[in-house]
Amino acid sequence: MSNAYKLIHHNYDVVVVGAGGAGLRATFGMAQKGLKTACLTKVFPTRSHTVAAQGGMSAALANMGQDLWQWHMYDTVKGSDWLGDQDAIEYMCREAVPAVIELEHYGVPFSRTEEGKIYQRPFGGMTTNYGEGIAQRTCAAADRTGHAILHTLYQQALKHSAEFFIEYFALDLIMDDSGACRGVVAWDLSDGSLHVFRAHQTVLATGGYGRAYFSATSAHTCTGDGNGMVLRAGLPLQDMEFTQFHPTGIYGSGCLMTEGCRGEGGYLTNSNGERFMERYAPNAKDLASRDVVSRSMTIEIREGRGVGEHKDHIYLHLEHLGANVINERLPGIAETAQIFAGVDVTKEPAPVLPTVHYNMGGIPTNYHGEVVILKDGNPDTIIPGLMAIGEAACVSVHGANRLGSNSLLDIVVFGRAAAIRCAELIKPGSAHGPLPQASVDKVVERFDGLRHAKGENPTASLRMRMQRTMQNHAAVFRTGESMAEGIKLLEEVYAGFDHVGVSDRGMVWNSDLVETLELDNLLGCAMVSIKSAINRPESRGAHAREDYPDRDDDGWMKHTLAWLEPKGEVKIDYRPVHTYTLTDEVEYIPPKKRTY
Amino acid sequence: MTEQMGKLRWRCRRGMKELDLLTLGYLERHYPAATPDEQRAFADLLELQDPVLMGYMVGRETPAEATAARVVKAMRTLLSSSDDA
Repeated sequence: MSNAYKLIHHNYDVVVVGAGGAGLRATFGMAQKGLKTACLTKVFPTRSHTVAAQGGMSAALANMGQDLWQWHMYDTVKGSDWLGDQDAIEYMCREAVPAVIELEHYGVPFSRTEEGKIYQRPFGGMTTNYGEGIAQRTCAAADRTGHAILHTLYQQALKHSAEFFIEYFALDLIMDDSGACRGVVAWDLSDGSLHVFRAHQTVLATGGYGRAYFSATSAHTCTGDGNGMVLRAGLPLQDMEFTQFHPTGIYGSGCLMTEGCRGEGGYLTNSNGERFMERYAPNAKDLASRDVVSRSMTIEIREGRGVGEHKDHIYLHLEHLGANVINERLPGIAETAQIFAGVDVTKEPAPVLPTVHYNMGGIPTNYHGEVVILKDGNPDTIIPGLMAIGEAACVSVHGANRLGSNSLLDIVVFGRAAAIRCAELIKPGSAHGPLPQASVDKVVERFDGLRHAKGENPTASLRMRMQRTMQNHAAVFRTGESMAEGIKLLEEVYAGFDHVGVSDRGMVWNSDLVETLELDNLLGCAMVSIKSAINRPESRGAHAREDYPDRDDDGWMKHTLAWLEPKGEVKIDYRPVHTYTLTDEVEYIPPKKRTY
Repeated sequence: MTEQMGKLRWRCRRGMKELDLLTLGYLERHYPAATPDEQRAFADLLELQDPVLMGYMVGRETPAEATAARVVKAMRTLLSSSDDA
């Protein structure tokens, strides 16, 4: 099969797949350490979804009052509903402080206080003194934090001679017989050529899979490509049942109103005009953790206190803040609300609804970014040659629920950690082992099969069925019964993919084929997500089972591992949650009831 | 689909969902009937950085060039009718 396609070969020390914040931080770090580094990306780096991150990046700098990284760690562990690994969380919260300062030195224009320090705002779930007060911990570059970080890291990577392969779509990993990753095969969308990238380490930084749902804040590009590749390589994904719903997606379009709105004093009301979060979270109120706020909103709507003609959404108020505060602290927000909700937030509330926003689950890794699986009884077996970072990965620092502004932190800290690890593992320019040709042939065969797919099911119709199924059957609240129905429907879609039809046989700018390859990735993610969800009979973080409303630490304080079999069956096993810290500078935080 | 249309469709892949909806909306609903000048202006707009394009979309700024401004106006009117999630 490979004979039918001319393959162009490249050798690198490291290949990074994805050019969002995590991928760019890793690429820059690798190149800086003298490793020959390639970064493949399906869209221009500054068009990665990181650009949409408005809120900011958390770090206990203590610029706006007392703060400690230990408090940040406590908040993150509690936010994770004790599913996060505390060694990794310690690493992230400690490294947050130098990571922000490093970004500042590289040129990210963080907003300032009058004394010239980095300005920090409150964010959901971020507290002082182990839950007592509200922390101001989140650093932002106005409403362009994500873009500023991408732009800065891209410039740094270019400065250090990293090589970019832009508008290249990664097809699959090259795996050898010993189970090690040897690189990746990619398709150049602009000229139709296929490329074999060999690397000592392949780093997946491909982001989340929000597009598996009908209504998500995610850009169209968020299709779980790295997750799909990992599943096809016969490796498991971890904690895929945990999907975060952001409380304030705009009703109708699903576009995001940043959590910064509530950080700056915005609040939610129901049809009685009641600030209902005071009932659900007496201390943190509207700044409780995202899963808590999304569930509270859903209950209000369900009990008949939603707003609007159909009583099916909630109001977000900013008007009391005044136009000056809104324009100064939340500059893009007034315009976004005007355009996407037709609302002037300086005068009236915006209609909002919990909307799919982030995937806590993903490719299991340790805090160096190395992919780990359960093998022969060892839950920390490293897959040689393969790393994952950012939303694609599950380190796990977010556990069952991520806190706002811990995501930009995650990508920067673990992008950097992956670079540090690669510098330890790889001697620059060292020779590559023999190429596992059979693995390459298999990748090309799959590509060729989909390119010539003549089935009766258009990609767009299968995608819509998958998105509707996930939306209706794996929502803010789940039940075993509803998920079982969803699984049946999703299995039909999955089987339908065997009869997908691609209309364009071309190799150049064949968007129909790209979207079909993306759908394959999304379908894998959706299947392991809903099957992991039905398998977990407890409520923890973002996974809220109405039929199992309580957290069950004895039975379920463990990570789900899910392998996808060829016909869509899912095999499940577990990894233990790390109940220890990295150093003796902080003690293990034992589980307790989670209230805000 | 022609290669040119495939390329434009791919360049409508943005980092922000808001821009996905607006650029793809224009490509599907207005582009086929647009004048060659407008089609060129649209392709040029797709080359911009997301925050710049977003600035045009929300009306914070307006392109200096008249054809581009007309295309932006058409994209902005998609918003009120856009219910695609």
